[in-house]
Amino acid sequence: MTDPDMGGTGMTLAAAWGLLPAVLAVGLTALVLGVAFAAVDSVVVSGGRLRSAVEPLRSSLHWLAQQRRTTLAPDRLLWRSGVIAVPVLAVLSLAVVPIGGRTLLSTSADLVWFNAMEALLWAAVWLVGWGPNAVHSLVGAYRFLAQGLAYELPLMFALITAGLGAGSLRTMDIVATQENLWFVVSMPVAFVVFLASAAAFAFWGPFASPAGADIASGVMSELSGVDRLLVQAGRAVVLGAAAAMSVALFLGGGSGPGLPEPVWYLLKTLLVIAVIVSVGRRIPVTRPDRFVEFSWMILIPATLLQALWVALLVLSGFYP
Amino acid sequence: MMLTSLAIVAVILLGLISVAAGVAVFVVDSMAKATFALLVSFLAVAGILLALELTYLAVVTALMMTIEMAIMAVFMIMFMMNPAGLMPMTMVHNARTSAVAGVVVFAVLVLGIWTIDWPARVGSLPADSTRQLGEAIMSSHMLVMLVIGIGLFATIISGTVLATHRGRYDRFGPDLRTAKPNDPVSGGLR
Repeated sequence: MTDPDMGGTGMTLAAAWGLLPAVLAVGLTALVLGVAFAAVDSVVVSGGRLRSAVEPLRSSLHWLAQQRRTTLAPDRLLWRSGVIAVPVLAVLSLAVVPIGGRTLLSTSADLVWFNAMEALLWAAVWLVGWGPNAVHSLVGAYRFLAQGLAYELPLMFALITAGLGAGSLRTMDIVATQENLWFVVSMPVAFVVFLASAAAFAFWGPFASPAGADIASGVMSELSGVDRLLVQAGRAVVLGAAAAMSVALFLGGGSGPGLPEPVWYLLKTLLVIAVIVSVGRRIPVTRPDRFVEFSWMILIPATLLQALWVALLVLSGFYP
Repeated sequence: MMLTSLAIVAVILLGLISVAAGVAVFVVDSMAKATFALLVSFLAVAGILLALELTYLAVVTALMMTIEMAIMAVFMIMFMMNPAGLMPMTMVHNARTSAVAGVVVFAVLVLGIWTIDWPARVGSLPADSTRQLGEAIMSSHMLVMLVIGIGLFATIISGTVLATHRGRYDRFGPDLRTAKPNDPVSGGLR
């Protein structure tokens, strides 16, 4: 709705703080969100023992010190590219998430940017599975692609529904439109589908079959040392970033009484993380070949109807 | 609009990367490397669009090309004699004719680009190129977008029909009356 002016509240983080501090801030936020997700996940998996919160840090140190093992005739170039791409894409997806009321970049197509970073994960995860020249890892990679075919379209429709409500693809405009009423009220289906898709593109929880125990942890099976740390950290950051994005798209961003905006934003993000983990860890792992049928027969029509409903609300002048 | 010197350098560099990655597609000896060399080439083109401040086109190019290359990896398994290109194999067929065709097309395009008297720019840069693009697609260019969309969709369906050997008669019986489909994979929806 607002013009892409670069002054006042429409200013990007990069313009307000300078590029380097802004990039560092986004990197730090990625780290905080990733650690937060991993810690909550660890606590929930261990059955609520708070001491387990340090487990991700302990594993990270272990992987840092661990010597990297390799396989017979790996495709090293592609393997490393995939391993590095996972965390890089996770951080890049945060570039359009409003942190402290501002996004690092404000493009005229923020939602598509977020979606593109997630789509590039398809290539990255497939490369991680392909690189080591090992069967379980490759099976995991193809499972991820099959899962991708299932979640991608509902995710796109969920994202575009939020954009539709705001009449803009900019995250800042979407947050501004929710001043009176959070989007989760008028587009609950899109909200749930978005969170489920986040779990699916991080192949976590009920969507972890690409790294499933039945195929010796699939795409993760041949990763060791720093490689494993990078991919695990990337997955945690992806989930943290998606939680933060869901707050901007559906839960009114940083709006709330009393506390300053960034605090509200962080609180809501942590709450979403807690909900994703406690619900996600209670659902059994779904098989991609079964989920794809559910997704195409139920989720795609549901998200399309949701988009239609929101389009009618837009035409009736429901949104400011 | 005049490009900043940074944007010009970026366009030249990304253009070189794009061509180099395009050449690599035919040099490498594995299906995976060829696929991802092609993806690098497309991503460099997306970078050029980003440097030209066409953000929507840039990110949508990156998004679509990545998914396209990944789906190509799925199709490699479905159609190839050499599943997933696991073994080294040559990436060129009919090398001489293709080389001649490539050189001729390149020459024609370069000649055209440098000899055509390009019109000067009229109008000014829109405040929001994404909005302008959306308005163009949804109004003056709607017919062509619809035709392309239906054409692509028909291609997808034909590809799937060619790839699968089972149809609705295999699932629901010759008179389509079976209540429960006979699927090779159980579960999912009934």
